Amino acid sequence: MAHLELSRVVKRFDETTILHGIDLRVEDGEFIVFVGPSGCGKSTLLRVISGLESPTAGDILIDGVNVNAVSAAHRGCAMVFQSYALYPHMTVYDNMAFGLENLGEDKAEIQAKVASAAAQLRLQELLQRKPTQLSGGQRQRVAIGRAIVRQPKLFLFDEPLSNLDAELRVSMRSELRELHARLQATMVYVTHDQVEAMTLADRIVVLRAGKIEQVGTPLALYNQPANEFVAGFIGSPRMNFIPAELLRQSAPALVQPAHSHTVGLRPEHVLVNDSGPLSYQVQQVEQMGSTSLMRGTLCSNMPNTAPGNEQTHFEVVCQGQTAVQPGQTVRLSMPPAALHFFDEHGLRLQELNT
Amino acid sequence: MLKFLTRSRGFKRFDWTDWLSYLYLSVGLFTMFAPILWLVMSSLKTESALSQFPPTFLPYTQKTVQVAGFDKPLPLFMTRDDQGVQRPMAQVRRIGIMATMVDPARPEAPIQVNINDRKPVNELKFAFANYTELFGKFNFGLYLWNSVFITVVATLLTLLINSMAAFALSKYKFQGQKTVFVLIIATLMIPPTIVLVPVFLVINSVGLLNSLWGVILPAIATPTGVFLLRQYMLTIPDELLEAARMDNASEWRIYWKIVLPLSAPALAVLAIFSVMWRWNDFLLPLIVLSRSEFFTLQLALNSFQGELNTQWNYLLAMTVITLVPITLVFAFLQKYITTGIASAGVK
Repeated sequence: MAHLELSRVVKRFDETTILHGIDLRVEDGEFIVFVGPSGCGKSTLLRVISGLESPTAGDILIDGVNVNAVSAAHRGCAMVFQSYALYPHMTVYDNMAFGLENLGEDKAEIQAKVASAAAQLRLQELLQRKPTQLSGGQRQRVAIGRAIVRQPKLFLFDEPLSNLDAELRVSMRSELRELHARLQATMVYVTHDQVEAMTLADRIVVLRAGKIEQVGTPLALYNQPANEFVAGFIGSPRMNFIPAELLRQSAPALVQPAHSHTVGLRPEHVLVNDSGPLSYQVQQVEQMGSTSLMRGTLCSNMPNTAPGNEQTHFEVVCQGQTAVQPGQTVRLSMPPAALHFFDEHGLRLQELNT
Repeated sequence: MLKFLTRSRGFKRFDWTDWLSYLYLSVGLFTMFAPILWLVMSSLKTESALSQFPPTFLPYTQKTVQVAGFDKPLPLFMTRDDQGVQRPMAQVRRIGIMATMVDPARPEAPIQVNINDRKPVNELKFAFANYTELFGKFNFGLYLWNSVFITVVATLLTLLINSMAAFALSKYKFQGQKTVFVLIIATLMIPPTIVLVPVFLVINSVGLLNSLWGVILPAIATPTGVFLLRQYMLTIPDELLEAARMDNASEWRIYWKIVLPLSAPALAVLAIFSVMWRWNDFLLPLIVLSRSEFFTLQLALNSFQGELNTQWNYLLAMTVITLVPITLVFAFLQKYITTGIASAGVK
């Protein structure tokens, strides 16, 4: 258990700056997830924390101690890699015992610790196997087992589930949650999958191009995205963005903040409603049974020359099954509380009612 | 076996390409293997049979018979008398073109025979004595020990030194890494004979002349080995080393416990190469080792070739013996050689 503090961490490779001054505080026992599109620097940030890369500038503090000059081995972190990085020539037991052997612990103690970690992860049957004889999920568990035997202060996960198939990913996700609840350890988790981020995290850190866009609990990010990027990144299917002008034309009754430029609306908050203000041309309908997803464009009654008159793609999720057919035009309405307003720089404008 | 040897290109009948490939393979087999076969056959011939002209492929020797009244066995000839009757007779002595011969059955009545009227009676006889006498006659055991010692120690050191260099060159980023690598590769272009004199001077000045270490040490760092291992180690994922670093492993332990075991296929290839190089090495031992108690098998072979007289039968037998270990190594490990080269080269 440890808390982690990053202050103005910068990482440069030659001329390219990957991280532009990251400030972050991770509390004891917190499960924090770094999420962002590929190339946003989230993995680099994790490697800087682990000590595998050193920061170009800035400080990293674990439990209040500056560890900039401490090597990866001595920071007390354990890392689970995307490719698992199991030693292929060693058995599962040796893989898990390797770190303890390096610390010079005695044999009996190593055996006890490995046995208890193996029991937690249901690996007892597999201890004498080689990694190549294991399935993906089993390898993943061995990789986690290798991390937990050493009882590290800080767990680092680098996209650990991305090599698993969808079904296994869901079950591993709940296993990870359970593990976190049991160990009460501080965990930092990197992923590009926002569903993973939403389901696992105590707090999510959204990164873009080496900068933190927003930090907050999953629901805070969903309900109050700080900017258009976070709004678009969190939530599935993506949030719809409508030019504010279009909304002013179609729904003049709706009051908008003064500098509103773009309006965000999540597909699941839209209602199909014959008296709604928006006219919507449906192009595709995906029936999932429990929900239905419609894809199409908003029709505007603005003159063709008006700005923002490009066809606006729009998605709608309805609960249950819908009778709407592709090609049909329907009318949509939306609760005013579900609207997110952004200015021309993409920053969130305060809601009207607050 | 026959089915294997008459395999064709998937058609029922032999295609012309099949004929061509079998022809090519036979020619190749013959040119490669005929000298070896000849060598093995010749090593089983007696000294006199070796000097026979025209030479025979199989080791024939003249038959001898024990005749009463003579101490030594006498060589047997098939003679023809005036009536054209053929009789086997043993030669007692020969003066000019006339030989004194006796019938083995009636040794008391020798007759004179013209040497044109007789033919030696040959029999197939393998002169294994060439091999057995070798061990008693020369200090064969010592030479073998010297050769084995040099080969084994030099190979182990080669693997150690080269894998360490390859590890550094493939897994660490440092200033001048490329330059160092290119320099190492560049030394491949220098023929060993060119640096022979400098090498000799260095060995001399460090006092390793007439020491087995004088042969071992100059040879242990090879650019080929470094290159081979580096290319292989590049394929070991960096994440494994990072995982080991997170596991508190020192750099030495990473090398020893992770990188070395994972490079086993490439190490096997290099080991085979190194064994072949060191075992067959002649030039370096020749200049470094001048006292006969340090001779390797190759040097001993060379010393058999005397200035005035060469005992070919022993020389050939010893040549065969020196070939055996390397042949065994190759026969059993050739699978690793090919796969190792393929994986080290392509990836």
